[in-house]
Amino acid sequence: MRLSQTGQEARAGWVMTGPALAAIGLFFVIPALASLLLSFTDFDIYSLADLRNLRFIGLENYARLIGNPLFWQAMANTMWFVIIGVPLLVAVSLLAALLVNAKTLRWRPVWRVALFAPFVTTLVATAVVWNYLLHTRYGLINYALGKIGVAPVDWLGNPRTALPAILLFVTWKTFGYNMVIFLAALQTVPKDLEDAARVDGANFWMRFRHVTLPAIAPTILLVSILTVAGMFQLFAEPYVMTQGGPAGATVTVLYFMFDEGFKWWNLGSGSAVAFILFLCILVVTLVQLRVARKAGAI
Amino acid sequence: MILSRRQVLAAAAFAPLAIAGCTRRARSELEFWAMGAEAEKMPELLADVRRAGLPPVRIQPLPWSAAHEKLLTAFAGGSLPDLGQIGNSWIAELAAIDAIEPVPAELTRLVDGQFPGVVETNRIDGRLMALPWYVDTRLQFYRRDLFERAGFASPPDRWDSWKAALHAVQANNGGGGFAILLPINEYEHLTQMALSAGASLLNADGTRGAFRAAEFRTALAFYKSLFDEKLAPIAGAAQISNVWNEFARGYFAVYPSGPWTIGDMKSRLPAQLQHSWATAPFPGPAGPGRSTPGGSSLVVYKSTRNAGAAWRLIMQLVAPAGQQRLQELTGDLPPTRNVWASSGLLSDPITEAFALQLERTSPLPKVPEWERIATEMQTVAELFVRGRMNIDEAVTEMDKRADRLLEKRRWMLSRRRAA
Repeated sequence: MRLSQTGQEARAGWVMTGPALAAIGLFFVIPALASLLLSFTDFDIYSLADLRNLRFIGLENYARLIGNPLFWQAMANTMWFVIIGVPLLVAVSLLAALLVNAKTLRWRPVWRVALFAPFVTTLVATAVVWNYLLHTRYGLINYALGKIGVAPVDWLGNPRTALPAILLFVTWKTFGYNMVIFLAALQTVPKDLEDAARVDGANFWMRFRHVTLPAIAPTILLVSILTVAGMFQLFAEPYVMTQGGPAGATVTVLYFMFDEGFKWWNLGSGSAVAFILFLCILVVTLVQLRVARKAGAI
Repeated sequence: MILSRRQVLAAAAFAPLAIAGCTRRARSELEFWAMGAEAEKMPELLADVRRAGLPPVRIQPLPWSAAHEKLLTAFAGGSLPDLGQIGNSWIAELAAIDAIEPVPAELTRLVDGQFPGVVETNRIDGRLMALPWYVDTRLQFYRRDLFERAGFASPPDRWDSWKAALHAVQANNGGGGFAILLPINEYEHLTQMALSAGASLLNADGTRGAFRAAEFRTALAFYKSLFDEKLAPIAGAAQISNVWNEFARGYFAVYPSGPWTIGDMKSRLPAQLQHSWATAPFPGPAGPGRSTPGGSSLVVYKSTRNAGAAWRLIMQLVAPAGQQRLQELTGDLPPTRNVWASSGLLSDPITEAFALQLERTSPLPKVPEWERIATEMQTVAELFVRGRMNIDEAVTEMDKRADRLLEKRRWMLSRRRAA
């Protein structure tokens, strides 16, 4: 009786997860394996015209990438986004969540909608608007800086400022999503703990540090993992705003992969970049999980 | 009628297929992919030149910046249109992957009386693959007032006297500025000088770099000397934030560019400078120099089901009357010499210089890898200009990089020879 029940449960389990597993296998595992295979070939425009022009070249794609300075520049730019961008985004979205969660704030639903709105608007449309905001001569940002006596900055034309300018846009565009996740977590923080700390004389900062933060630690981990993955995969923003320029200053790894694959049509080399990127995200995520486990967040 | 849940689900599942089915073009239409200003003016142009008896044409405009990727992606996906406009430098690539039809023998007479360098670019392995639609080339835009002040009516056409004139212009210009702008990230300038010196850039069958040849060394040394003698700033295009402001200020007096710059010069330079700029063909080592032939051509894609109608439409577009109408609508320069005279382009000194330069163009190597090789060439040239390597190291490195990029081509050619 027990055995057959377990068998039935197992069958039900397979039936329920079956469609999802099939979809993951068909649309994720098989393409990922195919692109791993592709990265050991020299698949290019010639092979596309005639498959007999395809050769297996082992690890040569990887060796060439390691010797390519533009690949390392793309790596450095992406790491810059990850190292500066992830903490910034997590901090901004947590701040926004605290703001829209505050009991003292009036018109809270309006604030929530307003802060979430950038996330649901079209990326290309907002990028065009930001291009105007960042414009050297007619931009609102330089106008405001001019009021406090700062000389106009050629935000997207100067190799030093292009990356920060794009990060500013990315932060504005995506923090709303993280904010909603944080907001949900903040609402699960037990009210009585908060009240007890208040009775003990804890001020706002102490309550935040010792009551709120430990309660939402797993959420911070989740958000930072999602943000790391997102930052590693930045593409559309530099593609629309700077086309990777000036002087390659905003070429990200994904942008580099796109150029290899679809500008030069070296799909073999492009797949190799994709795999290196996959490994990078995997390693950083594993490190994050380890750190979180040590800190007791999970 | 009451629909069962299953029927609704089936309808939902097949709706995308049904919609996809509707978007397949009607067999009787010709689909035409065009770029930029030409795409914008196509409806007007077609209204004037399309004869009775041709099927209706559907225009799909593409932005220039994405057109090349789009064409290759469409080739991969088997969704190329019937015919279209392509940049002349892409012909070799599209021919190599067998995406375009050769021009039928009876239409090849249309290139009679056209500029030879452009026609040569469109010939792959001796077969004409595309018909030139409009042409462009680069030459020098210069500040006539600054040259006159230095004692020159126009830039001389030999390298030594040309450079002497640049020195004189710079000396008369009160210091702080330069004589010429050659953005260090653009490969076009060095390529032009190499062609002027007679360099072939690659070997005869396009399988190895030929940067170690004496002609290329001469051009590379001359290129570097312009920077060494402080005639050109070592700066990328992005570091000159506004070319027009700087040209107006006299920060540099020569700016090599193409016909697309004419409109910018007219609209962006201040009114008092409008009579102070002019155009001149490039100089060469011992007389007039050469430039690269550019522009767009019209092609018929292999995948078309209606090649006959597509070629008939192209014939009408590239006929002299079609060229002239395109010139009126867009300002594009026509490929046939007679049309220059009939549209008044030869009586304007600004465009007349383009006609002179177009008579002296040399095609670039016709291999699909060329653009990438040129990018690598310029990367090495920048290191050379900045003094990180000597000329022997530079040309050896260029050959090494070109040979690596051409490795696949060598393998394919040797296999084809063996077969």
